[in-house]
Amino acid sequence: MNKTKFVTVVIAMMMTVGTGGVSADLVFPSLSYRTGPYAPNGIPFADGYADYFTLLNERDGGIGGVPIRLLECETGYNTEKGVECYESTKGEGSLVYQPLSTGITYQLIPKATADGIPVHSMGYGRTSAANGAVFSHIFNYPGTYWDAASIIIKHVADQEGGSLEGKSIALVYHNSAYGKEPIRTLEELSKKHGYSLTLLAVDHPGQEQKSQWLRIRQERPDYVLMWGWGVMNQVAIQEAANIRYPMDHFIGVWWSASENDVLPAGEGAHGYKAIAFHGVGSDFAIYDDLKKHVVDTGKAAGDGSYLGTVLYNRGMYAAVLASEAARKAQEIHGVSDINPEQMRDGMEALQLDQERMAALGLENFGPEISVSCANHGGPGLGAIQQWDASAQSWSLITGFTGADRDVVDALIAEDSAAFAAENNITARDCG
Amino acid sequence: MIYRESGDFKTSYHGDQQMFPIALDKWFVILVGSFAFLVVPFIINDYWEKSVLVPVLVWAMAALGLNILTGYCGQVSLGTGGFMAVGAYASYKLTTSFPELNLFIVVLLAGGVTALVGVVFGLPSLRIKGFYLAVATLAAQFFLVWLFNKVPWFYNYSGTGMITAPERFVFGVAVSGPNSPPWATYLFCLTIVVVFAIIAKNLTRGRFGRAWMAIRDMDIAAEIIGVPPLKTKLSAFAVSSFYIGVSGAMFFTIYLGAVEPTEAFGIDKSFLVLFMIIIGGLGSIFGSFVGAAFMVLMPVLFKNIMVGGLGWPTDLVAHLIFILIGGLIMFFLIVEPHGLAQLWRVTKEKLRLWPFPH
Repeated sequence: MNKTKFVTVVIAMMMTVGTGGVSADLVFPSLSYRTGPYAPNGIPFADGYADYFTLLNERDGGIGGVPIRLLECETGYNTEKGVECYESTKGEGSLVYQPLSTGITYQLIPKATADGIPVHSMGYGRTSAANGAVFSHIFNYPGTYWDAASIIIKHVADQEGGSLEGKSIALVYHNSAYGKEPIRTLEELSKKHGYSLTLLAVDHPGQEQKSQWLRIRQERPDYVLMWGWGVMNQVAIQEAANIRYPMDHFIGVWWSASENDVLPAGEGAHGYKAIAFHGVGSDFAIYDDLKKHVVDTGKAAGDGSYLGTVLYNRGMYAAVLASEAARKAQEIHGVSDINPEQMRDGMEALQLDQERMAALGLENFGPEISVSCANHGGPGLGAIQQWDASAQSWSLITGFTGADRDVVDALIAEDSAAFAAENNITARDCG
Repeated sequence: MIYRESGDFKTSYHGDQQMFPIALDKWFVILVGSFAFLVVPFIINDYWEKSVLVPVLVWAMAALGLNILTGYCGQVSLGTGGFMAVGAYASYKLTTSFPELNLFIVVLLAGGVTALVGVVFGLPSLRIKGFYLAVATLAAQFFLVWLFNKVPWFYNYSGTGMITAPERFVFGVAVSGPNSPPWATYLFCLTIVVVFAIIAKNLTRGRFGRAWMAIRDMDIAAEIIGVPPLKTKLSAFAVSSFYIGVSGAMFFTIYLGAVEPTEAFGIDKSFLVLFMIIIGGLGSIFGSFVGAAFMVLMPVLFKNIMVGGLGWPTDLVAHLIFILIGGLIMFFLIVEPHGLAQLWRVTKEKLRLWPFPH
């Protein structure tokens, strides 16, 4: 009966997974999504992440002389596939997970901590993971959602001459853990500054937003903030353009801030703002090396067209931070073939100053980063970027500023304490 | 020659009514069962647990539930995702309110809650049938997911609307939470699924199942011969929802550990379970298992072959999997419209006559 044969094949194929390689290499899994409604944002990030590691392999022969092996696994932004990806790659000696999905990050927080593998949710995931005393293996430097919310409100207040008393702000958000993250902070800030907050949820995948924008048209809030991802961003910006909402009063989080999001709306998107935690454009020395060693040799992950776009830069930045942490770990432990626990130590000791950034070819790309045992959330700085539709480019219109630490830190302490109590975690002593 | 009833004489009613009348069948099931219970727990690892066995068991439980309703009682339902959400949230509320409660009891109680909800949403089935009922149950799907998103009480007022399964113990061994050993979660799910598969098998062979099938085959005729439609349809909804609720509870507590309603229990889950029972075979307990295994394992298998074995790009493979799974579904439905279970039934008939088919 061919059924038995089929079952044998199934079992044989599955057995090949999960048996780890023993060769000396640094394994960086990339839980990417190049398909589905979030692919427009997932592809540039994954390309940037892969290309930087290719560059290190081609130019320097890896990190500290050990070659890098990138394991890509397609999640489709789906948590079940994310779990499958995590389980199938963790046995290969994966050093750090960057799932690029708040939902998958929530899945991995307890699992990865139990397995002793660090997770770097760069500017996403669970905000209170910034408290390293409770979340030993989770990092979200260089900034969190709550930093972003606070910095955006600060920018809005600046525009309004310092006071938000009596103003109205609407939040258009992805109806998921990701989109709901900033609500707590925005509510807290509204008590402090006296603005009114309207919450408008958009369901996955976000193609249908007519009713939300109808309400915005009727109520005309002074500012609209957006926590969107994937196709939701494009639709929201198009809808805002359709109702002629003043674009410079429409501000997105750093995940609603890429070229792919604004280009479909054409001229209508002119003036749209978003927060950023790193620089924009391809005016950095590293791009010469990327072109020479990766793109021109045909080893680029994509077709090379994304170079210099916001999300490509961010994927590359994620890889830079990961490789710098690995370097730090090699330095601390004196071994070049590090394991995940050593990688974690490296991430916790990561210091990235402007001098080092310049040496990497990323002068003034982002703020200085310094991670410590107590603070896994990094400096928490952000700048506001604005879209110029005629030049088709983003530009930073403010410098990097910090969040309202009083509000944000209190919320982080409260939420991480709740998590610690729920899961019987005793906070580490960070000295 | 070997595989047949002749010569296998039944001398008691008990023997005549057993679940697997053919001796070889019985031994085969016992062998598979003891392998699953006695051997697999010793060789299971994290990958097999989280990516293969536990998902198959959880989905098999959901498929069993829907098969009782749709396959045996003929009531089409698209509310499976919503009912799974009820099971998940009920188990979350129960286990966070009563932390010392055994997780077995939590999961079964969550099934009970879902059964009550299922009966409420089953009420329209007395008036409407077929596609119209499917649309009515669709309302359950959207309403329930909306409810769990809207009312903060269900997720204990957590900031993000996510629910996270706390660590819970059965006989001193963690079965939920990150520190649970793979064999424990696997055995937990296996025990529940096997026990309820046996119950389902016997329910469908007994008075209830016959009443369901009578309603399915022709409701007016069934009513005339004395099958009460109200009791029968609502009992099918209750039993089916119980199974789906238990599956949802296991999906949340054991398999994923953290869920948010829109993504984990969306309409695609309702369709997934419906596809499982159509592929596996409507009105077949065995078919529920085969269908669940097919829909869960095929993508994993293709992924492992094409990405792990051949090293193809992940996005290309993701798209190819859609095409291949779609193609396979069409192939099997054309070759055998009654599902994979029917293929097995036909094979069995042939085996009985072999080697003298005429």
